[in-house]
Amino acid sequence: MRDVAVIGIGLTKFGELWDKSFRQLIAEAGSKAILDSGVSGGDIDAMYVGSMSSGRFVGQEHIGALVADAAGFSHLHIPATRVEGACASGSLAVREGYLSIAAGVNDIVVAGGIEKMNDVSGTAATETLATAADQEWESFFGVTFPGLYAMIARKHMHDYGTTKRQLAQVSVKNHFNGARNPYAQYQKEIKIETVLNSAMVADPLGLFDCSPVTDGAASVILCEAKKAKKYCKEPIKIIGSGQGSDTLSLHGRDDICTLGSTVHAAKMAYKQAKIKPKDISVAEVHDCFTIAEILAIEDLGFVKKGEGGKAVENKITTLDGELPVNTSGGLKAKGHPVGATGVAQIVEIVKQLRGEADKRQVKNANIGLAHNVGGSGATAVVHILEAL
Amino acid sequence: MEDIGIISYGAHIPRYRIKISDIAKVWGKDPDTITNGLGIIEKTVPSPDQDVATISVTAARAALLRCVINPQDIGAVYVGSESHPYAVKPTGTIVGEAINATPILKVADYEFACKAGTAAMQTCFSMVKSDMIKYGLAIGADTSQAAPGDALEYAASAGGAAFLIGKEKVIATINETCSFTTDTPDFWRREGSRYPAHGGRFTGGPAYFRHIISNAQILLEKMGTKPSDYSYAIFHQPNGKFPLNVAKMLGFTKEQIKQGLLCPVVGNTYSGATMIGLASVLDVAKPNDRIFLTSYGSGAGSDAFDLTVTDQIKKLEKNKAPLMSEMIKNKEYIDYATYAKFRNLLQLE
Repeated sequence: MRDVAVIGIGLTKFGELWDKSFRQLIAEAGSKAILDSGVSGGDIDAMYVGSMSSGRFVGQEHIGALVADAAGFSHLHIPATRVEGACASGSLAVREGYLSIAAGVNDIVVAGGIEKMNDVSGTAATETLATAADQEWESFFGVTFPGLYAMIARKHMHDYGTTKRQLAQVSVKNHFNGARNPYAQYQKEIKIETVLNSAMVADPLGLFDCSPVTDGAASVILCEAKKAKKYCKEPIKIIGSGQGSDTLSLHGRDDICTLGSTVHAAKMAYKQAKIKPKDISVAEVHDCFTIAEILAIEDLGFVKKGEGGKAVENKITTLDGELPVNTSGGLKAKGHPVGATGVAQIVEIVKQLRGEADKRQVKNANIGLAHNVGGSGATAVVHILEAL
Repeated sequence: MEDIGIISYGAHIPRYRIKISDIAKVWGKDPDTITNGLGIIEKTVPSPDQDVATISVTAARAALLRCVINPQDIGAVYVGSESHPYAVKPTGTIVGEAINATPILKVADYEFACKAGTAAMQTCFSMVKSDMIKYGLAIGADTSQAAPGDALEYAASAGGAAFLIGKEKVIATINETCSFTTDTPDFWRREGSRYPAHGGRFTGGPAYFRHIISNAQILLEKMGTKPSDYSYAIFHQPNGKFPLNVAKMLGFTKEQIKQGLLCPVVGNTYSGATMIGLASVLDVAKPNDRIFLTSYGSGAGSDAFDLTVTDQIKKLEKNKAPLMSEMIKNKEYIDYATYAKFRNLLQLE
């Protein structure tokens, strides 16, 4: 397998972007990444774009070709493919691009992610997101994602004594980081009382335990590592890429407090990178709900199973902690345009490893990890990156 | 330049009220969260025999009771509403007949969501200014609709006000008026639909706030004034929070908007909202008080007015019709079941 590096990154502001169309968003993220990398259209061998449900959110399918067209590359007839894996669609696009270069098929690939979720009502958005759960066994009976993750949270509290306050601290931390990220949907620090007193969504998860509905797009340019220096002074190498799957429904799992897909994806990525969890200096993990970040830091091996809540309480994952997690603000504060999230996580890790994260820069960051989950854990993708 | 402006006014709100907490309970929502979130405690409910025509007539008669004019000198009646009783057949003709202003009379019904009444004021102002008419009667009134369980149900209420515009015995001079309009689909009701639809949070930033702030700034610039030059400010009030926020963003104080902010205790009277706010301000205003008014109508647009109260207001016989404060106090609470009956939410065979 050939080595692969990230040579360009692009991100739109995340939020309620009423004045920008789907096409404009992906074109903006893509063109920023292309400009950042220094490649030109003719250099691009393939494009991959992740989007969970553009058809239901904006009524547009067939977005692989649309992205190439919106970027102004239609005349180049670049192979352009859409990838879908619910909220993990973005990182799957990155992984597909990565694999195609590693396999020697392509040299330079654009991998992007997008979701424009605010053009439909909140109810329609919730129903669309619920299509990532098991329709036959879960969604048809009325459960939505907050409900599924609330069940996980309840079990975690029961088995390990995790508290609502520990969950709330995840949200407080991520808002603190989001306040230092100009691209974040919510750039405001919050107090723990705000989380604890927020409107109940699905007990024990309140409004501030849940990531928002967001519009946004992100893009990265991947390049065969030997060629990377030609375009970029600071290529960031992908040293590990892993992916895992699990049952679509929660009830089919041995333990709903463990995302087997994450454990599998992480094992693959660590093995390939020849590193251990303790070697990671900064991580972006999938905090679609506060409990999800606690599961993630356990399943990624940063702490033992059941100790995630205590780790958050002990501030291990804060910006100045032993292992800063979600320096971008995470899905909670940066926002969660589902198809874009996985790519945006890679963008943040690249910024950290390049030393471009400004007020949220982690000192001496040299190895970063991005962890993206689809549904309640039926898909998980882990990437490990290192500054060359 | 001769003064053109308001020579009299009248308002009306139904006496029935429902508490917002009672609506929240029916839908399984936390009453405190809804009440505090929207900044509305209770809203008016029209009785089964009240509609935009009766509210408009009551408000128009109140305006005429307070001054001495010959109703036959009224040259135009324009009624702004999004709940006219008929899809085809004007409300204005009913009002014209009821106040004895027919038949030499220009009439039309207006619709521009919540700003149709202020649009009617602009038309009357222009027609008086051009000497087409001696007096014009501009009315904004609604018995606004909301689908059961929809967020709108916590606010949609009923009420209206009428303003007689002329150039003799003016109690509040209209110094200037301007509008800001775009095609912004934040809220709509299609032909034949019982209830309006809306774009959720889209009704905020790109709709309400953009149009009011843009228009208010245009008016301030045009007049060379600043917020502190005004005694009172009235902003469209779809809930109790938006007008507070927009006032703060523009630099107006809570004290300036307090008298004209009725939404917390009457709900959103749509086309009546800024109009009854202005009526409430005129109830207490003194000569030389300057008033800043900015309406908002979904779809979307905003009308802004700069007014100065004159000495003539002391001569207006305000007590010949109920003041807003009196109508707000005169209330009878109903429960959700009665509300459902009054609002025709129960489909009978």
